[in-house]
Amino acid sequence: MYGYAGRILYVDLNTGKTRVEQLSEDYARKYIGGIGLGMRLWLDNSTAGVDPFSPDNPLVLALGPISGTMFPTAGNGHAFVAKSPATFGIGEAVAHGTFGAELKRAGYDAVIIKGKAEKPVYLWIDDDSVQLLDASHLMGKSPAETEDAIKDELGDYYIRVAAIGVAGEKLSRIACIINEKTRAAGRTGLGAVMGSKNLKAIAVRGTRDIVPAKPDEFMEMVKEFHERMKGPATQKYRTLGTPENVLVHNALHCMPTRNYNNAHFENAEKVSGEALNDKFVAKIIACSSCAMRCEHEVVVPEGPYKGTMTRMEYETLWALGPYCGIDKLDAIIKGMEICNYYGMDAISAGVIVAFAMDCYENGILSQADLDGIEANFGNVDALLQLLEKMGKREGIGDILAEGVRIAGQKIGKGAEKLAQHIKGLEVTGYDLRCLKTAALGFAVSFRGADHNRHGAYAFDVKGKVDRLKAEKGRGKMVRDMEDVYALIDSFIVCKFSRGTYYKELQDMAKLYSLVTGIDMTAEELKKSGERINTIARIINIREGFSRKDDTLPWKVMNMPIPDDGPVKGAVVTQEELDLLLDDYYESRGWTLEGVPTVAKLKELAMDDLASIVEDKQEA
Amino acid sequence: MVKIHERKFVSADPEKCVGCQICEYICSWTKEKAFNPLKSRIRVVRVNQLANMAVTCRRCEDPPCVAACPRDALTQSEETGTIIVDMDKCNGCGWCIEACDYGAIMLHPETKVVHVCDLCKEQGEPQCIKWCPEEALTLVTSDVLAQKARISAVKKLFQEAKKK
Repeated sequence: MYGYAGRILYVDLNTGKTRVEQLSEDYARKYIGGIGLGMRLWLDNSTAGVDPFSPDNPLVLALGPISGTMFPTAGNGHAFVAKSPATFGIGEAVAHGTFGAELKRAGYDAVIIKGKAEKPVYLWIDDDSVQLLDASHLMGKSPAETEDAIKDELGDYYIRVAAIGVAGEKLSRIACIINEKTRAAGRTGLGAVMGSKNLKAIAVRGTRDIVPAKPDEFMEMVKEFHERMKGPATQKYRTLGTPENVLVHNALHCMPTRNYNNAHFENAEKVSGEALNDKFVAKIIACSSCAMRCEHEVVVPEGPYKGTMTRMEYETLWALGPYCGIDKLDAIIKGMEICNYYGMDAISAGVIVAFAMDCYENGILSQADLDGIEANFGNVDALLQLLEKMGKREGIGDILAEGVRIAGQKIGKGAEKLAQHIKGLEVTGYDLRCLKTAALGFAVSFRGADHNRHGAYAFDVKGKVDRLKAEKGRGKMVRDMEDVYALIDSFIVCKFSRGTYYKELQDMAKLYSLVTGIDMTAEELKKSGERINTIARIINIREGFSRKDDTLPWKVMNMPIPDDGPVKGAVVTQEELDLLLDDYYESRGWTLEGVPTVAKLKELAMDDLASIVEDKQEA
Repeated sequence: MVKIHERKFVSADPEKCVGCQICEYICSWTKEKAFNPLKSRIRVVRVNQLANMAVTCRRCEDPPCVAACPRDALTQSEETGTIIVDMDKCNGCGWCIEACDYGAIMLHPETKVVHVCDLCKEQGEPQCIKWCPEEALTLVTSDVLAQKARISAVKKLFQEAKKK
């Protein structure tokens, strides 16, 4: 095989045994790689109703066919898949850097990790040699410290490491898996799945050659994309970066502020991408093979957090900033560093702190409940202290580390309504009350509240539709975007490069064919995108999800936007949501309960999975 | 013999280098028709997120790698300063690797003899320079490097003076 390594590594932590199996061309073609292949392999290797923290919940690490080549942004990504401890449905998260390319050179398309080690270990994949090494001395260390320690003891600087921090060790449901210090497989709590297996890190060294099937044409395409990467399609990422969104969203009144109490932040100027770049961005760096480079490294030059260094993006800046009512960039940067240190998804962490602040201001949590912290919105010390407590699971942090949904249930007294999540995953920086295409995308997203499963906000934010209107046709728009996004995360290419695929699926099909030597058309690829979304749906149905889970956070449906301005009063009603869901399910060929029909599965050549949905075909 | 002042080599500007490794990919592709950093004659180092730099052969005067070779497998081209490896004589002992202050001469993972940058003699120009998206790599002489350093030092001085 070209592109694909053709091999899947199985690791059993119970026995310490490993084995290698072949990747079938059928799976490669149908599920592409990354999250698509990962989800299929997860389904094949798990049983219904498995607890996310059970040794029987496999953790799947999967690469795309392009990994390891020099195609810009495509060489470097990797995906983790497992049942999510946050949503109890399918969890997946993608990260970039250099880790994915290294694993491909080691000769694997996927690693499936089952069981639980007796004591803390790390997995050392050195080409064909696979070992479990003692990690007792690494416990309590941050992912970055762990990476350095492993490189040191294995004696090779170029080893690539993905590791969890204390949050993952302590089974925090917002724990992530971090590689190369600043790159996180962030969402859906997969760091805790790793922690539940007593697996502290995965270290990789690969020495094999990567060669595309059609080298000359491939290099022509690389050349062409290097040019495209210098053009307007990537300009945002090369200049201000995603924090540019702060002022854009704020002007449109679609930036959730103070736990969704507002949709507009009066001090947005102070935390804008412009301010960040002016005062804090010290360097912009790149992942392996990327000709665009986007990673904005920020350093705090003075004041109480002097010397703090981290990567900064819009979502995390938003969550730790405006969403908590905080207008001090240096404190937001410090907050981000704390999240990286403990290995927490900074989006979820910020949303949870804002939730705690909302509970405090509404008298649901007292100062005593909060270990003496006066958790008003905008209080910088409260933000940083609560993040620390969450990272260590100390005091109130122990409850908050359960994620906003479970924390809301545990606290009670109406706190559930202040917990802004979908399917148990915390919201991201788009006010869904006034972005109704995005609202549908978020509601049906298989991993819970997230913009990265569909990117449907683009229609609303760019004014391509009436963003306040719920109407027929949005279902197909979301569906088509979902298919492309699923492919992006299966290939794996970077979402920031999506604009360089001028002919979208046609360009992607060409890339796939040149690398793998497997003839692929845009139409067949589109089918794969649909198939990947369908398998995610099937997994969620097997785990007990139905239409009722395709819903929106409480405030989105019950608290109209109060701010004077263009979208005052906007809210999503149940009626509107139902209209959108019906439209979406219809466009997907699913039942009104959101269940893929047996006929649809046949069409997608997935009828081997029909038994999961057969008894749910009514309605 | 080409004088030290005229001898050109590939130099990375750490201000511009972003650590993307495209130089590694294109080097191993050019030399071996494979993507594999271990087969690249230029290697990227990221000390931390802020400190990125690609490193390759500097074509030193009286190169220590040549002096260190116990088998006379290495010679320096009088014309260009390139280190020439005699594949038949080199047995991969690694003395040259130990002698190089830059880690710029490396052991090939398969042939087990050393390899080093030859400025893409066959292609006529270094491909890493051609492909670097940040224009961080340039073909320089030590004189040019020194000039550049002087200019940026003076610029910096004036900027700081202006601030005050």
